[in-house]
Amino acid sequence: MKANIIVTLKNGLLDPQGKAIEGALKSLDLAGIENVRQGKIFEVELATQDRSAAQDLLKSACEKLLANTIVENYRIEFP
Amino acid sequence: MKAAIILFPGSNREGDVYRALAKASGRKPALVWHGEHDLPQGTDLVVLPGGFSYGDYLRCGAIAARAPIMDGVRAHAARGGLVLGICNGFQILCESGLLPGVLMRNANLRFACHLQHLRVERSDTRFTAHYRKHQVIKVAIAHGEGNYTADGQTIARLEDAGRIAFRYCNGEAALGGLANPNGSMNDIAGIYSEKLNVLGLMPHPENLVDPLVGGTDGLALFESLAAA
Repeated sequence: MKANIIVTLKNGLLDPQGKAIEGALKSLDLAGIENVRQGKIFEVELATQDRSAAQDLLKSACEKLLANTIVENYRIEFP
Repeated sequence: MKAAIILFPGSNREGDVYRALAKASGRKPALVWHGEHDLPQGTDLVVLPGGFSYGDYLRCGAIAARAPIMDGVRAHAARGGLVLGICNGFQILCESGLLPGVLMRNANLRFACHLQHLRVERSDTRFTAHYRKHQVIKVAIAHGEGNYTADGQTIARLEDAGRIAFRYCNGEAALGGLANPNGSMNDIAGIYSEKLNVLGLMPHPENLVDPLVGGTDGLALFESLAAA
């Protein structure tokens, strides 16, 4: 089965890359864009078909490596 | 003093730190590949040099922090052994949990590459005995992710325990403001572990050990270690 892991900076932390992208979008006359924050997405293929086992496995993958939980949040999605 | 420098794919300051250690101690450090599991017998000091380990993939230092040799480095630190992480080495120490906090992208998004003044916060550690307390030194910085960030409790704990090693300042010893090159909290350039045996810092003292390249303010750190 497949899963997506989305890692984003925690709210309240300065995201200078997001700010720079937001500035560039605004300079393109794209009206209505108020705030941009940048994150990462990991597309993972798993051996298991068991959703709950996959959830546990990916949670530990996030905690051990994919996210730095001091400054990042993660969420696991099964598309 | 027997030193071991850890080499990761993408390390590039190991030659500088090798020269600085050899000059200060008169002994040649060992170079240890990241895939090893153990440090050489009798290692007193482990150095994680600067560079771009694993191309800064995922997060700076994140992949190197999970390398096999890091178990050996963690065990060495737990025994009270000395560990020095410079620049990418500091990022690796934070990612490995040996030091608290994170080094985020510089607040102004610029790669900071210049000579920088630092204030030495204390001179009673094995890393800084050859400096004076609050001495202002000039060393090189070269990094894009040096913005030291931690939660309020962690910062307070570091401050209360005297675990700030160096702070960014200007030539007149005034801290912060324009002298802070990356937005680092409390102008932190380097921090110690709880037992003061692990030091991580963003600046490169190893680049300022020879008058030929514009200064020797970094040498005292290696002389302190050589005498430790």
